[in-house]
Amino acid sequence: MNAPLDAAQDALATARRQAEVVSALRQVVPEHCVMYREEEVRPYECDGLSLFRELPMVVVLPETESQVQAILRLCKRLQVPVVARGAGTGLSGGAMPHAGGVLLGMAKFNQIRRLDARTCTAVVQPGVRNLAISEAAAPYNLYYAPDPSSQIACSIGGNVAENSGGVHCLKYGLTVHNVLRVRMVTMDGEIAELGSEALDAPGLDLLAVFIGSEGMLGVVTEVTVKLVPKPALAQVIMASFDHVETAADAVAGIIAAGIIPAGLEMMDQRATAIVEPFVHAGYDLSAAAILLCESDGTPETVAAEIARMTDVFERSGATRIQVSTSEAERLRFWAGRKNAFPAAGRASPDYYCMDGTIPRRQVGRVLLAIQEMEVRYDMRCANVFHAGDGNLHPLILFDANDPDSVRRAEDFGAEILELCVQVGGTVTGEHGVGIEKINQMCVQFTREELDAFHAVKHAFDPAGLLNPNKVIPTLARCAEYGRMHVHAGELRFPELPRF
Amino acid sequence: MDSLLSDLRARVILAQASGKPLSIHGGGTKDFLGMKGAGTALDMSQYAGVVSYEPTELVVTARAGTPLVELEAMLAENGQMLAFEPPHFGPGATIGGCVATGLSGPRRAAAGSARDFVLGVKLLDAHGRMLKFGGEVMKNVAGYDVSRILTGSLGMLGVMLEVSVKVLPRPERELTLRYAMLEAAAIERLAAWAAQPLPITASSWVSTQDGGELRIRLSGSPSAVESGRARLGGDAVPASEADAWWQSLREQTLPFFAARPLWRVSVPPVTPPLALGDTIIEWNGGQRWISTTQPAEAVRSAAAALGGHATLFRPESIAEARRVGVFHPLDPVVEGIHRRLKSEFDPQGIFNPGRMYSYL
Repeated sequence: MNAPLDAAQDALATARRQAEVVSALRQVVPEHCVMYREEEVRPYECDGLSLFRELPMVVVLPETESQVQAILRLCKRLQVPVVARGAGTGLSGGAMPHAGGVLLGMAKFNQIRRLDARTCTAVVQPGVRNLAISEAAAPYNLYYAPDPSSQIACSIGGNVAENSGGVHCLKYGLTVHNVLRVRMVTMDGEIAELGSEALDAPGLDLLAVFIGSEGMLGVVTEVTVKLVPKPALAQVIMASFDHVETAADAVAGIIAAGIIPAGLEMMDQRATAIVEPFVHAGYDLSAAAILLCESDGTPETVAAEIARMTDVFERSGATRIQVSTSEAERLRFWAGRKNAFPAAGRASPDYYCMDGTIPRRQVGRVLLAIQEMEVRYDMRCANVFHAGDGNLHPLILFDANDPDSVRRAEDFGAEILELCVQVGGTVTGEHGVGIEKINQMCVQFTREELDAFHAVKHAFDPAGLLNPNKVIPTLARCAEYGRMHVHAGELRFPELPRF
Repeated sequence: MDSLLSDLRARVILAQASGKPLSIHGGGTKDFLGMKGAGTALDMSQYAGVVSYEPTELVVTARAGTPLVELEAMLAENGQMLAFEPPHFGPGATIGGCVATGLSGPRRAAAGSARDFVLGVKLLDAHGRMLKFGGEVMKNVAGYDVSRILTGSLGMLGVMLEVSVKVLPRPERELTLRYAMLEAAAIERLAAWAAQPLPITASSWVSTQDGGELRIRLSGSPSAVESGRARLGGDAVPASEADAWWQSLREQTLPFFAARPLWRVSVPPVTPPLALGDTIIEWNGGQRWISTTQPAEAVRSAAAALGGHATLFRPESIAEARRVGVFHPLDPVVEGIHRRLKSEFDPQGIFNPGRMYSYL
């Protein structure tokens, strides 16, 4: 038993390794771009999901593309894992560092290279904030459509990694529908351009598989995005319902009427109760569910569409319907939904934001099941729901200082995700798998499907050094997790023997 | 269907064991595209039928052999459509071929491409195993987007069994407007309109004796179409003539499309006239059909210099296609990724080898 000696030898080996990597990095980037002291690297130990933290061995903040190439080449040579980071706002731990690796911060890549109102495109560096693109395009009456709630802070490179959506993605699409080209560096340090400024590119659609690949296939150094014309007018309806199922029927009614709203969001009673004192939007606190339904276009189009939407809500049994009468009022109606997460921070020491997608018609059933889980886990869960596309964000309120509360929150979250798969949905609609949902991937996919994902990874990054141990679980991990693969749409029968 | 599936599986396993390639086809309507090989035919046309259709979920799932005409008729009955308006190129077109070729029609510039609407695919892999990627929901980022990369893959990564596609409501009203205009002016006009919130869902420019004619299609609610018309002027085309026009463009039945070779040049929309030969322009300038006697290298380097690429869509002869290649050559790093993807998914090279590039 030589534990102290082993520990000392490990520490020495780690220190030597760190010195080797730092020294190599200093050959290719200026000294101020490389950090390794604990107090310097601690700010990078987690992203928006602070439940998962890891100190990186080194943090590098490159300033040019050729520096990125050199960094990746030397990491390949020295077999050092690399985790890229944009703004660090991600909610699944995708940018959580690797303890033996480099954390590659792309925040210095913050320039808008070109904004062309004639072609309705913008060429931007990956560290540019999502909202900054729309702000720059505003003088031309153009904007960048995908609007995740974190858009004031999140980076476009991160949006590419997660295929981010937002309230308006039902009508305007996800990141994959709004990006024309991604320029990236491979783990070999080579440049690849995926997509193009034309409407398509030759060969397989590598751009489509790259978007949403959570930093595992390459490091983005430039993005060409599509800009869309700002509609003349937008108006939002706020409708109250006394049952979740009635609200869900109203959502189906909107789609059945052939309407594609600009935004269609649902908040349950707990969510409304949490946000109303925070934003004073005038939400109906007695409603079991509130729908926010937006129309945009010309004044005539909006008037006609709002009338049709109101008609659907009335026929569905809405107990109260309000239509915004000004832009300020429209923003106020939305303020609660957009601030749901920070408002939750007021109501509880901590909150755990879940992300799953279900077929819209299952929302009533899933929300009832969550209410039942609240009792079992003895925790509150507020729900906001992208009703238009079935993407659900349960917000589990817990206390991070209480280990029992943390454990219950994680189990509650896992059970919700597995329920999403059971009813025919997916474990993640927009936040990504990262590290957080990697176990649930064992539930959503078969071994062969996971092998196919490993095959995609292998085609782009044969060395497996980009963001390793994220998203796609290994066979060993699934065996450890012990959950059976659940066929989508089939109910679990816990009373049947497993083997 | 179960026995059909077993049969398909058996055929794949046999091909894997013998190393004898398969040539996957539905109705054969897109046989002209790419270099169709001499593999043993794997006929998907019997593996047909709608698996599920939920209008209020905006999704339809169908087996690969389902005829496109049947699928579109069913959607139309429910006031819905495939918004990327795919070409059929023949009565036997199937949804599998539609997704495998990834071709989009006139509505693409406004609504999105085939791959923008693919939500999920069930695939028979090189070992005869059934894999499910994506699903029936739009917001799905679990794992890599394999169903989108299968779109347009010309069958080279596996056999598509089922596809789930997002559908959208049909527009309440449509109106086509026409303008006498030269090519350069038409491209500029389309660019100016694209930067404004107008309900334009299709565009075309063709040369005429007087120089040229631009046509645009407005779609949406009656008020949207009317206010669009008021802003845009032009002459209205009678409805039946308009429908016939967009269909003849989509299906390439206009006399222009009989030209051989017929090139498809994809460039950034606001690219000035290419001056390569007689042309029809679509997608706000993003898709240009060219009839030219210029050599392939000239067409390709012209397209590349403008940030685009050129496809020998309908070659003069198979020999010519083999000589110059159908699709635009890939950049070396991108080619490397392609080769590795192919070898991972199809190690024996049994799925449509050589259909897209000789080495895939």
